[in-house]
Amino acid sequence: MREKSRGNASDRNACRLPGFGVIPVSYSFRNLWTRRLTTVLTAGGMALVVFVFAAILMLAEGLKKTLVETGSWNNVLAIRKGAVTEVQSGIDRAQAALIETQPEVSSGPDGKRLLAKEVVVLISLLKRGTDKPANVVIRGIGEQSLALRPQVKLLEGRLPRPGSSEVIAGTSIAGRFQGGGIGETLRFGMRDWMIVGIFDAGKTGFNSEIWGDADQLMQAFRRTAYSSVIFALRDSAAFDLMKQRLENDPRLTVEMKRESEYYKEQSEMMAKFLTILGLSLTVIFSFGAIIGAMITMYAAVANRTGEIGTLRALGFRRSSILGAFLMESLLLGLVGGCIGLFLASFMQLVTISTMNWQTFSELAFSFALTPEITLLSIAFSLVMGFVGGFLPAVRASRMNIVEALRAG
Amino acid sequence: MHIIKLLIRNAFRHKLRTGLTILGITVAILAFGLLRTVIDAWYAGVEASSANRLVTRNAISLVFPLPLSYKEKIRQIEGVSQVSWGNWFGGIYIEEKNFFPNFAVDPRTYLEMYPEFRLPPDQMSAVLRDRKAAVAGRKLAEKYGWKIGDSVTLKGTIFPGNWEFVLKGIYTGRDKGTDETQFFFHWDYLNEGLRKAASGRSDTVGFYMIGIANPSLAAPISVAVDSTFRNSLAETLTETERAFNLSFVAMTDAIVMAIQAVSFVVIIIILAVTANTMAMTARERIGEYAVFKTLGFRTYHIAGLIFGESYVITMTGTALGILLTFPAAEAFGDAMSQYLPVFIVDRETILMDCAAGLLVGTLAAVIPTWRAVTIRIADGLRRIG
Amino acid sequence: MPPPIVSIEHVCKSYRRGSQIVPVLEDITFDIPEGEFLALMGPSGSGKSTLLNLIAGIDAVDAGTIRIGGVDITQLAETDLAQWRALHVGFIFQFYNLIPVLTAFENVELPLLLTSLSKKERQEHVSLALEVVNLSDRMDHYPSQLSGGQQQRVAIARAVVTDPSILVADEPTGDLDRKSAEDILELMERLNRESGKTIILVTHDPRAAKRARSVLHLEKGVLNAHHQAAH
Repeated sequence: MREKSRGNASDRNACRLPGFGVIPVSYSFRNLWTRRLTTVLTAGGMALVVFVFAAILMLAEGLKKTLVETGSWNNVLAIRKGAVTEVQSGIDRAQAALIETQPEVSSGPDGKRLLAKEVVVLISLLKRGTDKPANVVIRGIGEQSLALRPQVKLLEGRLPRPGSSEVIAGTSIAGRFQGGGIGETLRFGMRDWMIVGIFDAGKTGFNSEIWGDADQLMQAFRRTAYSSVIFALRDSAAFDLMKQRLENDPRLTVEMKRESEYYKEQSEMMAKFLTILGLSLTVIFSFGAIIGAMITMYAAVANRTGEIGTLRALGFRRSSILGAFLMESLLLGLVGGCIGLFLASFMQLVTISTMNWQTFSELAFSFALTPEITLLSIAFSLVMGFVGGFLPAVRASRMNIVEALRAG
Repeated sequence: MHIIKLLIRNAFRHKLRTGLTILGITVAILAFGLLRTVIDAWYAGVEASSANRLVTRNAISLVFPLPLSYKEKIRQIEGVSQVSWGNWFGGIYIEEKNFFPNFAVDPRTYLEMYPEFRLPPDQMSAVLRDRKAAVAGRKLAEKYGWKIGDSVTLKGTIFPGNWEFVLKGIYTGRDKGTDETQFFFHWDYLNEGLRKAASGRSDTVGFYMIGIANPSLAAPISVAVDSTFRNSLAETLTETERAFNLSFVAMTDAIVMAIQAVSFVVIIIILAVTANTMAMTARERIGEYAVFKTLGFRTYHIAGLIFGESYVITMTGTALGILLTFPAAEAFGDAMSQYLPVFIVDRETILMDCAAGLLVGTLAAVIPTWRAVTIRIADGLRRIG
Repeated sequence: MPPPIVSIEHVCKSYRRGSQIVPVLEDITFDIPEGEFLALMGPSGSGKSTLLNLIAGIDAVDAGTIRIGGVDITQLAETDLAQWRALHVGFIFQFYNLIPVLTAFENVELPLLLTSLSKKERQEHVSLALEVVNLSDRMDHYPSQLSGGQQQRVAIARAVVTDPSILVADEPTGDLDRKSAEDILELMERLNRESGKTIILVTHDPRAAKRARSVLHLEKGVLNAHHQAAH
């Protein structure tokens, strides 16, 4: 624009040089500052919408993170055909032994096969400080279970001795459930189970589980079958072929899944629910915020009719007026977006625990803020500002100079 | 006189602004109403529970079974008028996403205990005659286009294999709040299948339903049942149906709380929008208010004008929002029937809508009113022209 | 000589502009007899409008007393003052200040809503007032449908409808063309002559001042005695 006007060469035009450019951002900013109450109310509304938008994305991200990190791509989980979850599944000893002999199963440094036969059941425990029960996963583990989940680390105490009624609990259990802390006991299956250690499994689903010796738990629960068999692959790429072969083996009635895929499927219903709820809420809420921005910007245009006339008379183009008002609206959106995001960042401190409908078991996950969510939220707030400010800005830019001056 | 007329004319002086604000309020009230209804739907099972029914399950957790032999022992406990039993079947119809609750029950005793499930007598006897018979709720049958006589196959998740049923009955709900999306069939049919598979899981049940004649005896009867089986291989936990359902809902109360919080956020957002509109309106009319004052009108007259206008706007939006809530709830309820089988707009929700509208109308008028009444007349007049 | 209806003694008034205190009126004392038609003149910033606002009871003095019909209005509480205004003062503004969403009739009726008159009585009063200003045929028009002169006449009807003892007018012709201005002044003169209303008119238009029975000049917050009793 500047170059073009210089090309026009006339001195009179040269004097107006800045006029062909952009009205400075400070003009938009000061106008917002002058109408503080209105600005605060409008930006506040937008901040709340961005807060909800970001919080929902963070929740979905947190859920995804928890379940993706729970499983490992290289591990294979075998459950009974048709069973959707480990809790529903049953694999008898003969079938488990058959899986153990497969050549694809990897071996550890000590030469032992990296495979664990596990039993998974739900027990009902009461949350601390309330009488509300929740279903907690109790997992009977084998010798190699910990080696298969390197993300699980003992934080306090020690591992259960094989063949004893000792268990260890994940950190989310220890803190939140009655009898879940170290040194405490839980009673089920006509036995008392002593918590001898607390393990930390990061942000994974294992953090909401209790682990004990598989054989002891099977005895206590009078179970003859395992729930699942888990093993590490010698060669990750061999999965598809092995899956096909074993699922068609007449001696086996199993279904093989990569561990990470299995955990992803576990959360599909919850993730879908959160997404549907979140999206519809965001759409409805942003509608309200856009209306707020529109009202504010229409009023800004109406209040400054004379000013617009003056600017036009000074030689500013329609596009400059359009730009100045859009800039004001975008600034409004940006302020709202930043406040909303700032508030939402505190949600990272919050952990949600709820029942996963697919497994009926307790699942704890946190809000997770990622750079993508930050960018999306800011972009979302700018879009709200743009949509809200566009029509008013068009009205401002279309004003007739003479009439606008007279109104002022 | 024309005070209402004046309020309405004032409110619509800025047609665009007022229109946008009303639209915003309409949407917000609609969203608020739907969210409250979602929460109600969450508790629908609790609301529909009968005080005459107890649920007995394995004390460890729901996934552990109880022996069938408990049936007779429970029946002998004083105060127990009826015993039924069943299993959560957890079968999948074609695809996993086609979720609906399905149970294996003893249909005769089960339907006796659930008078809210209404089945025509001819269908009832057909169900009892055929061991492969199944009963579906009206909504569920409509959703999948099932008719009496159709065969329905469920894929077992807990009990392996494909299980074939013949639909012999479609029940309708007695009350508006009755869940019409359930599916149940003969427990005997399941048990036969398990016996054939010799999995060692036959002759066990997931839960007992206990009918009691006197609801005030629920607590002692529960204790009596549980103490009968104390220190046995399968200890029991007996509670009222309401407590049982509530404990399920409580497991997901984080979600309920989030929805609740969000339903209030929407009100705060619309409050900001409405307060903004009222602030602008009052700022533009400061001079007019000064004229009113000059003529001898009092503070409460001015406050009345501003509050009245705020109420005209918010209550118009609220009324529209409430009107739209009903068709919206119907559409939303149909789409979500799989998750929330009972989706009815409660009278309380409408009252809360009105309260929210009034609250927004009141709060939005506070600051503008304060500004309008505290400004000195001479200053107000100076702003004219 | 009739007794004074307005009696102003030692009135002082200043405004705060930022941190500065700007004196507007300094120790003003004068009387206005009943039935007077007084023009207050002076350059802008002389304090004439402030003085008018003080007499009309829409602004408060810093010091001094203002007695109107025997009542010291500087001692009245906010709510009593509002009631007093409704009964005793009719105000005419430069920019008419009609309520745009009300018709001419409804605008005139406005002050009567503060009285205990019945609907029918109010109707009679309003019709009479509109007749006085010669606008009976325009009573269903909205302000935006009336000319400036017509709007000011509606405003005058509104000022007289409660039959107040004094009328105050702040530059009532300031926004009007010559012809309309003459009409308005004539109307005010008639109200003074025929109905005996005490009128206080603030103006800087000498033509307007000519219509008044007496003229007071204000300069920098002080009464200029030389110009008193100009005619």
